[in-house]
Amino acid sequence: MSRWLAALRRPTVAIGGLMVTVWILCALFANLLAPYDPLLSGDPLVLPLGRGASGAFHLLGTDLLGRDILSRLIFGARTVVIWAGLATATAYAVGIAIGLLAGFYGGVIDRALSFIANVVLSFPVLVLYILIIVTLGASGVNIVLAVTFASAPAIFRLVRALALDIRSRDFIAAAITQGEGAVHIMVMEILPNTLGPLTVDACLRLGYTSITIGVLGFLGLGLPPPTPDWGGMVNDGRAMAIAFPHLVVFPCLAISSLMLGLSLLADGLREAPARA
Amino acid sequence: MARRWGVRLAEIVGVMLAVSCIVYLMLEVNADEVAVKVLGQFSTPEQRHLWLHENGYERPFLLRYLGWLWHFLWGDWGMSTHYREPVIDILPARLAHTGILACATLVVMIPASFLLGILAGMREGSLADRAISVFCILTTSVPEFASAVFLAAIFVFWLGLLPGASTMTEGFSLREIVLPVLVLALYATGYLARIVRASMVEVMTSAYVRTALMKGASPSRIVLRHALRNALIAPVTVIMLQVPWLLSGVIVTEVFFAYKGFGTLLYEAALNSDVAMIEACAMVSVVVVVATQLLSDLLYAWLNPRMRRAERPAPQGAGV
Repeated sequence: MSRWLAALRRPTVAIGGLMVTVWILCALFANLLAPYDPLLSGDPLVLPLGRGASGAFHLLGTDLLGRDILSRLIFGARTVVIWAGLATATAYAVGIAIGLLAGFYGGVIDRALSFIANVVLSFPVLVLYILIIVTLGASGVNIVLAVTFASAPAIFRLVRALALDIRSRDFIAAAITQGEGAVHIMVMEILPNTLGPLTVDACLRLGYTSITIGVLGFLGLGLPPPTPDWGGMVNDGRAMAIAFPHLVVFPCLAISSLMLGLSLLADGLREAPARA
Repeated sequence: MARRWGVRLAEIVGVMLAVSCIVYLMLEVNADEVAVKVLGQFSTPEQRHLWLHENGYERPFLLRYLGWLWHFLWGDWGMSTHYREPVIDILPARLAHTGILACATLVVMIPASFLLGILAGMREGSLADRAISVFCILTTSVPEFASAVFLAAIFVFWLGLLPGASTMTEGFSLREIVLPVLVLALYATGYLARIVRASMVEVMTSAYVRTALMKGASPSRIVLRHALRNALIAPVTVIMLQVPWLLSGVIVTEVFFAYKGFGTLLYEAALNSDVAMIEACAMVSVVVVVATQLLSDLLYAWLNPRMRRAERPAPQGAGV
């Protein structure tokens, strides 16, 4: 833990951490922070810093249906944090489980699982997402399924490589000699030693998943409306972007800043000195 | 050596078979749904039944799949329900458009990322290194649709220099391709530059570069004659492995700028439930990915003498 605290002293890590924290706070306290109801229609197409016909002040303006953009961004943070978090966690659960199996047992199990991972990773990610969403329909649960299916193989490869390396260490041989069960060795001996690289990867992957949800929203394949969703806001405002750039620029800034924060965090953690 | 490539080829064939199976399973396992998608929501049950019968959908799934695969291999990719034309007549032209976009992106991105990566990696921790690293993190953090919005906001809405759509209705237009290329190159450049930098740092701290330095070779000679060749092996192969990412980005970028390429084709097919078109697009995209992976392997073996002369393959993880 202390090395991560030390990493926080680096300016890039601190900035990244701050950006991510701000969005997480937005997600947690959306109802307190948002000035309006994100689904409530008021005066349409109010410009940033402007007042609508009813005199209501909108810091970032309103969209075509008169919904306050700042409020939608803040509630959109909740959407992203919940769904991206859930999807990434599920992908990790699956990826770690099969990665440990392949790395620990090796042989046929390893070859079969690696082949399946190769097959899934042969798809360009977005093509795979489109295929799954077209088959299952657009909903939050299906996004979680799609992300799990598409990212678990990459996590699997990472865990498998780490597990293969750790498997050959003396303390694993000692645990086997002691008569520990396979599950115990995988979960209690191998898994804790993979956590360092996995944390860095998780930071980045959380960002990729947020982007995926944004991209699917942008393509109109994401969470169904009227859920406040950054990508969906860009999609809705795209047709009118020439006259009203604020419809699309602010959601893009939101998702970019979240991803930038996570990248800076991952970059800093990667360069932090390893435990002695 | 020959055996190794044989195994690799067999693996590729296996992967392609599995991919085709997944694609077909996802889109056509439920024959009734396929009939609804092809004939539309308002078709009568009799029409659907007749259509299913005519197209051999009452056969068991495995036979249907094998039949589809056989036709697909011989270039019969089915009819597009949206365009009312055979898929094979539409897809290649769109793929060529995307090829133009991809080539233009590579032409911009390769020199830019190599220049940035080499400059950053020559002296680790220097001001140039830090500045370039921050730039790379920044560009790789912004998703394509967001950078498309930002660039369009600047060059289209604010400065009014470039068109906001790349429909190319009046033939090829250089002005219309600038923004899509810029969006794609921006993301990919940051990523590749980081790899060039890492590779460069590794080579610059190696023993033989230190020897050259002690011999009294000038810094420019060290970089150009000694370091560069070895530093570029990894990035050159990585360019190829980036193609899957590039393809995903291409879909988003093409949709944003309404560029009539492979990405918009797949996107429209997905929105219109154009089953045959989605299948063909998915298969083609996987073929492109697998082909570039193979090319990357070949390139690596050709560039790296240690790989070329090795009689037996270096010990690798099984199956990867």
